[in-house]
Amino acid sequence: MNHLIQGKMFVIDQSRCIGCEACVQSCEECGTHRGQSLIHLEFVDRGASTQTAPMVCMHCEDPTCANVCPADAIKQNEDGVVQSALKPRCIGCSNCVNACPFGVPKYFALPDQMMKCDMCYDRTSVGLAPMCASVCPSQALWFGAPEEFAETRRGDLIHEYRFGNQLVPTKVATVVDDRTFGPIDVMGEPGGQRWQDDPFGLEEV
Amino acid sequence: MAELPVTEEELIAKYGPHLNEAPPGGWNAGLEIDREVKTHCCFCGQQCGIKLKVKDEQVVGFEPWYEFPFNQGKLCPKGVKRYLQGAHPDRLLDPLERDPSSEGGFRPTTWDAALDRTVSEIKRIQGTYGKDAFAVLSGVSITNEKSYLMGKFARLGLQTANLDYNGRLCMVSAGAANKRALGMDRAPNPWSDIPLADVVFVAGSNVAECSPITTSYIWRARDRGAKLIVADPRVTPLARTADVFLGLKPGTDSALMGTILHILIVNDWLDHDFIANHTVDFEQAAEAVKNYTPEWGSQVCGVPKDRIIEAARLWGTSATGMLLHARGIEHHSKGVENVLSCINLGLATGKYGKPGSGVSTITGQGNGQGGREQGHKCDQLPGNRDISNPEHRAYIASVWGCDESEIPHKGLSAQEIVNAIHDGEIKGLLSICFNPLVSLPDTKHTAEALAKLEFYVPIDFFLSESAQYADVVLAGTLQEEDEGTTTSVEGRCIKINQAVRPPGNARKDWEIILDIARRMGRGRYFEFEDTEDIFNEMKVASHGGTADYFGMTWDRIEDEFGIFWPCPEEGHPGTPRLYEGGQFAHPDGKARFVGVPYREAAEVVDDEYPIWLTTGRVVSQYLSGTQTRRIGPLVEQYPEPLCEMHPRLAEQLGVTSGDIVEVSSRRGSMSLPARVVESIRPDTVFIPYHWAGTKAANQLTNRALDPVSKIPEYKVSAVRVAKGEGHTKIYDRRVTTLQEKGQSS
Repeated sequence: MNHLIQGKMFVIDQSRCIGCEACVQSCEECGTHRGQSLIHLEFVDRGASTQTAPMVCMHCEDPTCANVCPADAIKQNEDGVVQSALKPRCIGCSNCVNACPFGVPKYFALPDQMMKCDMCYDRTSVGLAPMCASVCPSQALWFGAPEEFAETRRGDLIHEYRFGNQLVPTKVATVVDDRTFGPIDVMGEPGGQRWQDDPFGLEEV
Repeated sequence: MAELPVTEEELIAKYGPHLNEAPPGGWNAGLEIDREVKTHCCFCGQQCGIKLKVKDEQVVGFEPWYEFPFNQGKLCPKGVKRYLQGAHPDRLLDPLERDPSSEGGFRPTTWDAALDRTVSEIKRIQGTYGKDAFAVLSGVSITNEKSYLMGKFARLGLQTANLDYNGRLCMVSAGAANKRALGMDRAPNPWSDIPLADVVFVAGSNVAECSPITTSYIWRARDRGAKLIVADPRVTPLARTADVFLGLKPGTDSALMGTILHILIVNDWLDHDFIANHTVDFEQAAEAVKNYTPEWGSQVCGVPKDRIIEAARLWGTSATGMLLHARGIEHHSKGVENVLSCINLGLATGKYGKPGSGVSTITGQGNGQGGREQGHKCDQLPGNRDISNPEHRAYIASVWGCDESEIPHKGLSAQEIVNAIHDGEIKGLLSICFNPLVSLPDTKHTAEALAKLEFYVPIDFFLSESAQYADVVLAGTLQEEDEGTTTSVEGRCIKINQAVRPPGNARKDWEIILDIARRMGRGRYFEFEDTEDIFNEMKVASHGGTADYFGMTWDRIEDEFGIFWPCPEEGHPGTPRLYEGGQFAHPDGKARFVGVPYREAAEVVDDEYPIWLTTGRVVSQYLSGTQTRRIGPLVEQYPEPLCEMHPRLAEQLGVTSGDIVEVSSRRGSMSLPARVVESIRPDTVFIPYHWAGTKAANQLTNRALDPVSKIPEYKVSAVRVAKGEGHTKIYDRRVTTLQEKGQSS
């Protein structure tokens, strides 16, 4: 699928996330989000590590959320951006919330509507970066031209995810060390560790 | 003046902290605005560019300022939500006078009454006990202009020697070490040097939470292949990704750096030409570390020796490198020595005065860099001049139009001023931009001191916990309600622009100060029409000093996105990188190695207090929290202090996450929830310090000072930790779904 919007792409590099929530705070400042933060940011396991995972909508090529919507309220723009549920149509059933493989849509009792990351469509449709990628201090969330990424950033981009037997191609990319490993298996085991296994050398000192 | 006027609960009910949750006018207010004002964040030393949205004369939101080169639109959560400090229910709109019979313990008064009372109390105290019995405590979240004014006001307006500032709690250890070794107190590099480094060594700095924008600079270096070394007792969010992690014991920084210098020497990973041509006293530094073998260092620091060797190899064999340090090595009774031990590593390997190389502090406070240069530090006059140097005094006297003898000599430092108040030597205090009750160590001692003051007058926009002890409170200005300049972490002087007017009867800080000076009969020294007038006098006062602003104008500062000092004459481009070609600021152009033998912290663990305590910050709060504890979305991120401890310690204590633990030191004790995490050393606990009262981490910390910089030792205390009564659910919205879902399934 086309990974671009206005010539730019959205990239997530989870390894750079510092968990600061600038994305969460700025998401609700976007003109179309009206005080609702639509991004997710979670510790993977705070007991074990400070690793956090920011989650924007991946904007799937064939969005599960739209497919399961009984009211046909979730629309995909021509450029592939998947929008929040249309307010007049949304019946608040939360099918989309439950079905999204990435856990992205959020149901809000007020205003009784599903809202989700729309890549700050008011901004990106006129060439501005989304709020989260604008402010992200570590640039774990990144928005820019493919050439710029190739010149300035390391890592390969993955646009496909495997959930059991379901292969989900997406518009948003995740940075990986080496794409030859194929689609990210989100149910797979974490990769190899180095000093992180024993940060304080308790087995050595 | 004595105890609080009413109970703490009554004070909080009236004056907060209350939470501001949404922009004035609601979430749609920002859609159609009257104007955008290009300015900078009011919080830390990164001084990120930001555009504030203004509608109906209130700040209703922000827009990223992509063109400002330092942060290119990036902001941390504090920067995003900083605008919610405006239009705040707790905002002081009038001067207040202490009145236990009024709701909240204070009643609004007129400016005339407040200033008359202030001036008559200053005169009474100075007449009875001497000029120096009235002290001034200033801060460095205020502009260069106000910093300059506060210095001149204390010296000439009040004629007291006892003026100091809360930069004393920030980067003074780095400043003193830089002056001694390099001859000048400024970060040697523009931040654009960081991406050019082949190795980045972060020592004692939780960059991700305390200077988040700097992480992007470090990643730009790593995208080029640079290696990252982090030394910290905690696996901070940036440390998690490091190539080499040195999880050292609190208080052992100079042992670690000494060991690395030892390894550099043994392996000849040295720049001999640089040492010979641009430095002196290398032998002293080498002599001090001759026994600091990797085995010794490993044992003292509690870090595997192979990791120390690998860090030394990366630092010693890389052509370029940046060592970035912050409060983690500076908040020590040997803070200056710790910084000198880092500078030695830079000098030994020739990592100064060229692209991608330098050893730099990451200044903490908004104007931490600029504030200390303009002369409101007890030992300095404007231009980073020395108050005990006769030539420096004579020059400033000529700018001020006074006799040299009228300028008081060196006074007490911040903690020493509070000690002198406690001892009954200082009887009166005027403060601005300083909340000592939360920010100084040993809270009980600070509270006792404030209660002993015969007269206390803070200038503030909210009633801070310290201001609760005031006799008169003067309602001043938020950063966005006035204009001026600050100087960021890089030494870049930038322009702060006014977005809105001060609300109600609140007044601009500098106008208040001018009024007091006039009423003291000293108005002839303070004839300023506006803030730019103050800047124009300040830059003359700085001329010829190391921190020379003489060539700057407000127009140029805005047009050029800031100017790096020194900028000694009109048209001078400014000086982004210092020490080019190895030319240091000492008269002979050479840097000084200083021998740094390791010594222990002022307080070490023992049988009675067996655990190390270290304190620090969280990303959503800023310093004493006067502003950020009033911003709802930031409080939501991390509502109360948690005691981080390792599972091994938790198991010994029989504690799980959320259990209340009692942490006690020789100064006091506090109860708070434990958070059990593998990201901290098992012999150490961590508590963030942004809260007041029973939640203040500084109830536990030690007032021991560095003998040179007078910085308190926040980073090392000995404590006892025991399981307390009760359990609470830890609220952290980043721990909402994944783990709880995992636990419930």
